[in-house]
Amino acid sequence: MNHPWNDLLRQVQGYIYPNEIEIHWGMLVVVYPYLTGLVAGAFILASLVEVFNVREVHAVYRLSLLTALAFLLIAPLPLLLHLGRPERSYEIFLTPNLSSAMAMFGFIYAWYLMVVLLLEIWFTYRKDLITWARAERFPMRWVHRALALFSNDLSERALRFDRKAVKVITVIGIPSAFLLHGYVGFIFGSIKANPWWSSVLIPIVFLFSAIVSGIALVLLLYMLITPRRGEKIDMACLDKIASFLFYAVLVDFSLELLDFIHRLYESEESIKILSDLVMNKLFISLVVIQVLLGMIVPLGVMVSIKLFHFNEELRKLLYFLSAILIQVGIFATRWNVVVGGQMFSKSFRGLTTYKMEMTGVEGLFVSLALLIAPFVVLAFLLWILPPWEKKLAVVFSSGSQAVEPRGDIPA
Amino acid sequence: MANGLRGLPDSFLRVLVVFLVLIVAVIVIGGALPTEFKDHSRHVQATIAREAALPIRFAGSTECGTCHDEARLKQIGYHRNLSCETCHGAAKAHTENPVEVKPAAPRKRESCATCHHFDPSRPTGFAQINPVMHFPRQACISCHDPHQAQPPSVPEECSACHAEIARTKAVSPHALLECTECHTVPAEHKVAPRITRASIPTERGFCGKCHDKDTATLQPPKIDINTHGEKYLCWQCHYPHMPEVR
Amino acid sequence: MKRRLFISRLLGIVLGLLGPLSGRLRGSPAGNAATPKRFGMGIQIDKCIGCGRCVDACKEENAVPQEPFYFRTWIERYSVKADGDTIVQNIDERITPPREVEVDRDVLRSFFVPKLCNQCENPPCVQVCPVGATFATPEGIVLVDDKRCIGCRYCIQACPYGARYLHPVKKTADKCTFCYHRVTKGMLPACVEVCPTQARVFGDLSSTASPLTRFRRMNKTAVLKPHLNTEPRVYYSDLDGEVR
Repeated sequence: MNHPWNDLLRQVQGYIYPNEIEIHWGMLVVVYPYLTGLVAGAFILASLVEVFNVREVHAVYRLSLLTALAFLLIAPLPLLLHLGRPERSYEIFLTPNLSSAMAMFGFIYAWYLMVVLLLEIWFTYRKDLITWARAERFPMRWVHRALALFSNDLSERALRFDRKAVKVITVIGIPSAFLLHGYVGFIFGSIKANPWWSSVLIPIVFLFSAIVSGIALVLLLYMLITPRRGEKIDMACLDKIASFLFYAVLVDFSLELLDFIHRLYESEESIKILSDLVMNKLFISLVVIQVLLGMIVPLGVMVSIKLFHFNEELRKLLYFLSAILIQVGIFATRWNVVVGGQMFSKSFRGLTTYKMEMTGVEGLFVSLALLIAPFVVLAFLLWILPPWEKKLAVVFSSGSQAVEPRGDIPA
Repeated sequence: MANGLRGLPDSFLRVLVVFLVLIVAVIVIGGALPTEFKDHSRHVQATIAREAALPIRFAGSTECGTCHDEARLKQIGYHRNLSCETCHGAAKAHTENPVEVKPAAPRKRESCATCHHFDPSRPTGFAQINPVMHFPRQACISCHDPHQAQPPSVPEECSACHAEIARTKAVSPHALLECTECHTVPAEHKVAPRITRASIPTERGFCGKCHDKDTATLQPPKIDINTHGEKYLCWQCHYPHMPEVR
Repeated sequence: MKRRLFISRLLGIVLGLLGPLSGRLRGSPAGNAATPKRFGMGIQIDKCIGCGRCVDACKEENAVPQEPFYFRTWIERYSVKADGDTIVQNIDERITPPREVEVDRDVLRSFFVPKLCNQCENPPCVQVCPVGATFATPEGIVLVDDKRCIGCRYCIQACPYGARYLHPVKKTADKCTFCYHRVTKGMLPACVEVCPTQARVFGDLSSTASPLTRFRRMNKTAVLKPHLNTEPRVYYSDLDGEVR
């Protein structure tokens, strides 16, 4: 009787069904919607630039696209690793169950990757790939030529077509990005057995929190990478991104507030156990981190930036801190949805505990690795497909956000 | 290179070719896969066959009577509706190899107590004992034959089956009343308890014998049996085994 | 039934635009010409003495892992108190150590409730399985194809009754099968077989005379969580409103 779960049995409060002792979707399933959220958010920021022609933000257009791609490439990994039998994952393509939201994953993912992201990036970069290839020598010349699919047409007509293609793909891409993350929300929102998840608002809340996190990520990346390239941060661009971020957080906050009030007002059968859950198990991660630090504080900071005219240095610092808080807050959001939704019994009579492992596939280290991996991929993408016209010799040797921006940014 | 087909630019055609190659590859690979991988209904049939072929461990109640007379003997006592395997455990292996595999024959008190130790959540009317008080350390089978289960003598004490009521009553003001004071128990009840039931008082005057204000007995509380409680029988409000008034 | 068929066809057509329409939703397998049996179970709560023999027999018959985290069937003890509180316990000795239970004066009523997979007519677990590895047989029994289950555990999340678990060795979803290997041979499920008080009644719902039919004729029955529209085929009599 020294099974590790026996400890868990003792930590159960109230009554849970006996099979509920195991939290089936752990850290990895928290990471998955977090990553896809960043994909959708970064892509939507890029689309704003393209469709509404927001000139200030043009500096981060390509960065956003590459960020979306980097995160999209890693996104299925946590999903794959959390499977009991990952070696059978291909079954999802062989005998997909059409009534299962999860079975749609492969199709939506393939659509988004192939038809939206890769195509848009290709048409965006085609001209540059050809130009670079012409100027380069052996290895990179061939890499870039191959990436351009050996096309060599730089005529005005071809370039015009590129621009038009990007526009069209963006228009297809925005609903696709909505689909990608709305669908992740639907996976949870459609589970009628679970009152914490079952809500029509969940896909929409997921979507807006995705936009929030994606914009915040691009903002962070822009602030980190630009000084390392020896460039000056474009304050007009930064202010504009932050402005987008502010409105996105505002909408996200309103939606979550609506969800909260709606639940409280309806006070259905589950309300007692859900309030127990929030006050007992999720107080820190939901009330403190997600709502207070992840939303109210950044909102307050950004309102004060809009009200008072801080100088550039202070604005940068505040933007940076807000974006980090928002990232942490959105991660907490994913945690509260995924893990929170499994910490109460479907008998509505008790709470269980999630004990995260350190090592092991479902452990903390793997999750951390999966959170860092997209940055490595992004560093590689930035090296292969530099988004800025300037040469980028030493800049992207390390892609993760290890380095803080400091006072050496020229004021 | 540019074969400006229908005026489309070269870049578009290149992408188109890549996509066509991918789509064809998916179709070819998909088509080349053996049907048994893709056919849901075959998987279903295979699973059904696999589930149906799982080994059986409990032989079933009808199986035992083919060899054992006890199985028929058992039909007299209270255990007549029990499967043999309820007590003796899974016996499919025994039916296949009667000589070498013998089912368990539980003789310990604990195995009888699994069903018969007192538990207030158990439905009343089910024979229960307190294993600590009830002939401790004596094997149950030294008095009871589980194949003809019935108490050694027909219970004088109703508490054998109505333990929860007995325990509640024992600490109530009605502790000194015999069960038969209020209930008449037909002899049949002891044989077929669920079919023939004990009686319960059907008129107010019954309780009034003690509790009416005009009676000479000492038992409180006293009420006016004619007005108190209107049309209801006493026990429809007061639980006589544990009267609320103490 | 007609409406359900219509809805699932409609859904199939809509979803069919996204993938190859194989004419299957909820995995209803084709074939079987003879009208199949529709298995169901009746549970008479007032007869359950909470002995737990069904739980043990189930674990033995179906090789369910012995650890107290995996149950295809289990028994709950409800104690409804005068102040409105309800205490629920799993009475399995592997979880709740046995103790001398005394009469508690604050308890208004107390009883046992056996639980198991409800073999729903509208099983949410079947709906969500991404690979179609869980499906209902023609008899209405929900099974898991353990050769195809990828262990995503979506079905476990979708089951409102907590009836599924991830098998610790196979790493695939596992659940009550109504003892499919027994009932298809005319035998009773192991839990029904060993129940000493006949609190569990098993049979063919379409049969005109059977213990189950009698059970449904003589008792007012209810199912668990009816508002979720899963349409369970495990019917309880004497079901208390506190039971969830």
